[in-house]
Amino acid sequence: MNKNEQPVRIAQITCGAEYSGIQNEITSAAETVGAKMFYPDVVLKDVKRAYKDFGLPVKSPDLKLAIARAEAIVEGRIEADGIFIASCFRCAEAAIVRNELRRYIIENSKIPVVSYSFNERTGASTLLTRLEALSTIAKRRSLMAREVQVGTTMGVDSGSSTTKCIIMRDNEIIGTGWRPTTDVLKSADDVIDLALKEADLKISDIEATATTGYGRFLVGKHLKADLIQEELTVNSKGAVYLANAQKGFATVIDIGGMDNKAISVNDGIPGSFTMGGICAGASGRFLEMTAKRLDVDITELGPLSMESEGGENVPMNSYCIVFGTQSLVNALAAGYKRADVAAAACHSVAQQVYEQQLQEVDIKEPVIMVGGSALIQGLVRAMGRMLRTEVVVPHHAQYIGAVGGALISSGFVDKKEKSKEA
Amino acid sequence: MAKVFIYPATSLILSDLVERFGHEPLGSAISIREHVQTPGFDSPPIQMTSEDPQKGLKWAAVEVPSGVRGRMSLYGPLVEQAEAAIIIDEPDFAFGCMGCARTNELLVFMLREKDMPRLELRYPATKEEGVTFVAKIKQFLKDLEVKHE
Repeated sequence: MNKNEQPVRIAQITCGAEYSGIQNEITSAAETVGAKMFYPDVVLKDVKRAYKDFGLPVKSPDLKLAIARAEAIVEGRIEADGIFIASCFRCAEAAIVRNELRRYIIENSKIPVVSYSFNERTGASTLLTRLEALSTIAKRRSLMAREVQVGTTMGVDSGSSTTKCIIMRDNEIIGTGWRPTTDVLKSADDVIDLALKEADLKISDIEATATTGYGRFLVGKHLKADLIQEELTVNSKGAVYLANAQKGFATVIDIGGMDNKAISVNDGIPGSFTMGGICAGASGRFLEMTAKRLDVDITELGPLSMESEGGENVPMNSYCIVFGTQSLVNALAAGYKRADVAAAACHSVAQQVYEQQLQEVDIKEPVIMVGGSALIQGLVRAMGRMLRTEVVVPHHAQYIGAVGGALISSGFVDKKEKSKEA
Repeated sequence: MAKVFIYPATSLILSDLVERFGHEPLGSAISIREHVQTPGFDSPPIQMTSEDPQKGLKWAAVEVPSGVRGRMSLYGPLVEQAEAAIIIDEPDFAFGCMGCARTNELLVFMLREKDMPRLELRYPATKEEGVTFVAKIKQFLKDLEVKHE
């Protein structure tokens, strides 16, 4: 954050955060991304009135307070750049309130909102990406407004499973690099070398660089990147750019190696989003394990799963990666075909994402699937069936974060040229 | 003098009444004060850390939300010390407000389970009911005094 820039003010509407002992984690995650959390102040009569107006009969006074706080912001009595709604994991009453408040805020205001359920183990690092995305959407909309790539720029996505690099010049992809993530910096250097070689360029030809993904801070510092940005906004920007859906609504689904993201986008700017990362059974990691168990390369899992009608007849529950793997073993032992088991694994992951993530964003077409898992056709088919829509998978979907980074960092080429002219 | 758990635990009025009649009120003020005054922590506003919900496992299982367990780490030890309890049903927010309904249910259950003198009253809706309400609390506390002599 620029020293003169005002911090992004994020209203905290939570129930149980202080008693779960995670208040300090929320505050420090916000500070890391240049944001400041605050409790919207309301008086007793506001709570009584808001609770009656809202019409949701809840018993917990802290949830009644949450309703009053949300109403005060929506009605403009309290100003906020973004809203963070959170409650205890496994609390049904709070989950209902959280979901309804999120919907109420989205329908009645333009303030970006993120909702989350926590437990006492929720750390600042878990919250960081969400709050960073919320801050970016709230205060750095200009970054998100870019629709055309200019100059020669590079995006590096240091993900949990793989590291990707994209080099773009004048709105075209001219270099790509992809490697499994091992040593974070070495993997980044390797993919950059691959992309530079393909583009027939030297690193000095790159005019601006952006990094994203789990290793973004380390790699960004190493490369002296112009922009270090979380993957929620970068991926959604890359997705609508590649799918040619920069105008109007779109929904972006990214089933990653370690977590899943569902982002609803309007005119190229992300609005509400969810990011799940508690259970590996709903991530690309489960599909990697499936491929290993079926003795095929992950790139062959897609074609194999398409040999089946969908695998819905195979008992499979990947809610937990351990039990999911047990289901795999049981299904093979019961004599199900490998193709059916592959398709069942895809169906199970799609189902987890549908149940855990997609209930929290408003699904609007086109639905765009990105990330390496989007190349597994069985997963795309399963998601499409679940959402009853044709899912769009753009070209270079597996490089989405790197593409978004290369696109957004174009803004720095403009700035550098202007400062040269001055 | 008896140790009297007050519910709602945040009620200053109840706390004051108990103290006036010579007993020790057990409520939020005690446990939160202890947290806030413990040096070395830096987790404002109430200085609770992720260890507190773990301590709460003594009173609520792991599948119970962390906020309930965190609260139980504050109130559980006080219930164990309590020699009597005053429970006010459906109190007005201004009388004393405890944020989580699930914690409140568990807490009231624990107080009812414990073999000790207990006064349960409905929060008064009229002035007349208010007078009777205070008189009943006064009598309960006086009777406690006799039992403890």
